[in-house]
Amino acid sequence: MLSVSLSIYSLGARAELTIEITEGIQSAYNIAVVPFGQPKDNKLEVDVASIIRGDLAGSGYFRSLDQSHMLALPHQPAQIKFRNWLAIGQDYVVIGNIKAEGSRYHVDMSLFDVVKKEQLKGVRVTVEKNALRQAAHHISDAIYKRLLGVKGVFTSRIAYITSRVISKNNHEYNLFIADYDGANAVSIAKSSEPIMSPDWSPNGEQLAYVSFENKVSEIYVQTLATGKRKSVAKYKGINGSPSWSPDGKKLALTLSKGGNSDVYILSLDKLSLRQLTKSRAIDTEATWSPDGKTILFTSDRGRRPQLYVMPSNGEGGAERITFDGLYNARGRFSADGKLITMVQAKQGKYHIAVLNLETGVVSALTDGPLDESPSFAPNSQTIIYARRKANKEILSTVTVDGVTKQDIEFTEGSVREPAWAK
Amino acid sequence: MNLKNTVTIICLAGVLSACATDEALEEGLDVNQNIPAINVDNKGASGQGYNASTANVTGLELNQQSAYDNNLSAAEKLMQSSDFSDPSSPLSTRTIYFEYDSSQILDKFVPIVEAHASYLMRHPNQSLVLQGHSDERGTREYNISLGEQRAKSIFKMMQLLGVMASQINVVSYGEEKPIALEHNDAAFKLNRRVEMVYK
Repeated sequence: MLSVSLSIYSLGARAELTIEITEGIQSAYNIAVVPFGQPKDNKLEVDVASIIRGDLAGSGYFRSLDQSHMLALPHQPAQIKFRNWLAIGQDYVVIGNIKAEGSRYHVDMSLFDVVKKEQLKGVRVTVEKNALRQAAHHISDAIYKRLLGVKGVFTSRIAYITSRVISKNNHEYNLFIADYDGANAVSIAKSSEPIMSPDWSPNGEQLAYVSFENKVSEIYVQTLATGKRKSVAKYKGINGSPSWSPDGKKLALTLSKGGNSDVYILSLDKLSLRQLTKSRAIDTEATWSPDGKTILFTSDRGRRPQLYVMPSNGEGGAERITFDGLYNARGRFSADGKLITMVQAKQGKYHIAVLNLETGVVSALTDGPLDESPSFAPNSQTIIYARRKANKEILSTVTVDGVTKQDIEFTEGSVREPAWAK
Repeated sequence: MNLKNTVTIICLAGVLSACATDEALEEGLDVNQNIPAINVDNKGASGQGYNASTANVTGLELNQQSAYDNNLSAAEKLMQSSDFSDPSSPLSTRTIYFEYDSSQILDKFVPIVEAHASYLMRHPNQSLVLQGHSDERGTREYNISLGEQRAKSIFKMMQLLGVMASQINVVSYGEEKPIALEHNDAAFKLNRRVEMVYK
């Protein structure tokens, strides 16, 4: 059990949040990220080394050495005594310096292999002074890529919904976007009626979501840079579950205008509709395979909710793909198309599971009791989801092997429906 | 994933022998080999992804007064009439509860639905909204569909009894508007419901 915790002050939302690694991996690399050298006459509000430590540890592939266990705090390569780091079991050491120049910081980082006593990577990241967190995340990405050969997700973003009870019959719902770790959270839509089901456009420039602001459900597409938005679906009945096609030109969505919930494909340029499913059961929670050829959706046509796939062009029937458990719903493909994550219920507990499409094996990643809305990181290695912890709704991440779990807790309100930008 | 600001990652030439420029290129970041340690471009968005100043522009307030609210007082008056407020009147019951993952109307609620249907038939200008809800278990969009199925079960029964379809509107909030905020079976029971709201 690894216990690393750091506090982050979120600029946009003014909400305190804490990241706590609740379970760690045994075979992870040991890495010591030494506090970075500070610029003269500049008091930094951001602890760059601490952010890097949190990034790496949260990925599940690293154990970050706590600063209190460091015997020396070198800032220059010549000051590193490799033998000492080796003695406390470290595989890698990271040192760095931050220099101020005008309105910017230059952040230099060097990564060393302790056993080989050799430098593996050096980068300089230059940012505006208020973007030091981003600089730290870029450095985490560089370390991760160098040591694992896979792109990190530390500069990626998430969207999520919060709800707050102000008084009886007076709720506040917000749609937030934030850094992947919950920092720099900014509300992009606020309502006294529910907001639901955010989904990122493939280019990360727009979000589709459901809003009940007019007392009925309606799907909007909002452009982040301008704040402009457009209502794309307000049919009689349900307008729900928007999901962008990989080419960004269409939305799969749920409408009940035909009498019950069915999946439709909406073309975004002409707002023309094509009905995909025509069952008398509930068909909803559609999502696209990465190649755009397949639609994955939830249906209770077999009496209980299970996952089905069908061709997105409608030429072919639906095929059930989940048989493990009585409740499998809201599937999402990994970006590499090899995995599907879903909400699975067993013995009244709802947990996050992963179906490996190559082996057909289903693995439970979490314990429940009320886990939902799983969303893959763009590198397919981590899943963010919502869960109830004590009596709070919070966001958590879990690696696809189910080993490393991390909570992102907000001090107030319920946080739910995380969507990782693609 | 795409930050507003451009971040420059440059090899520290001389100091860091193992650093190769192509690695930096692979990361998709701007690389400037000729002028080390100078960032290439900050487009003024000051690098927080979406920063606070942008937020002020883009944050949307979605609260709107609708006709719904303006009618509340008339509906409230109706609800205070003896037909609806007398506990011995079946019309005083305006919430129908359901079993887990079911939209079947339980026998004990049939007389309640019949009483409301009868009232609506006697008052053809009166309209009713059937608001469907679910408990918090299960996925949110599935629960929207489930809540709608529950409301439509009542809608269909009322239609069969003779109520005009034009008198009834159906909306589902799924698990988004729980009446009981606890997380236990008692709360789940109270939240799996259809509320009959007279307009």
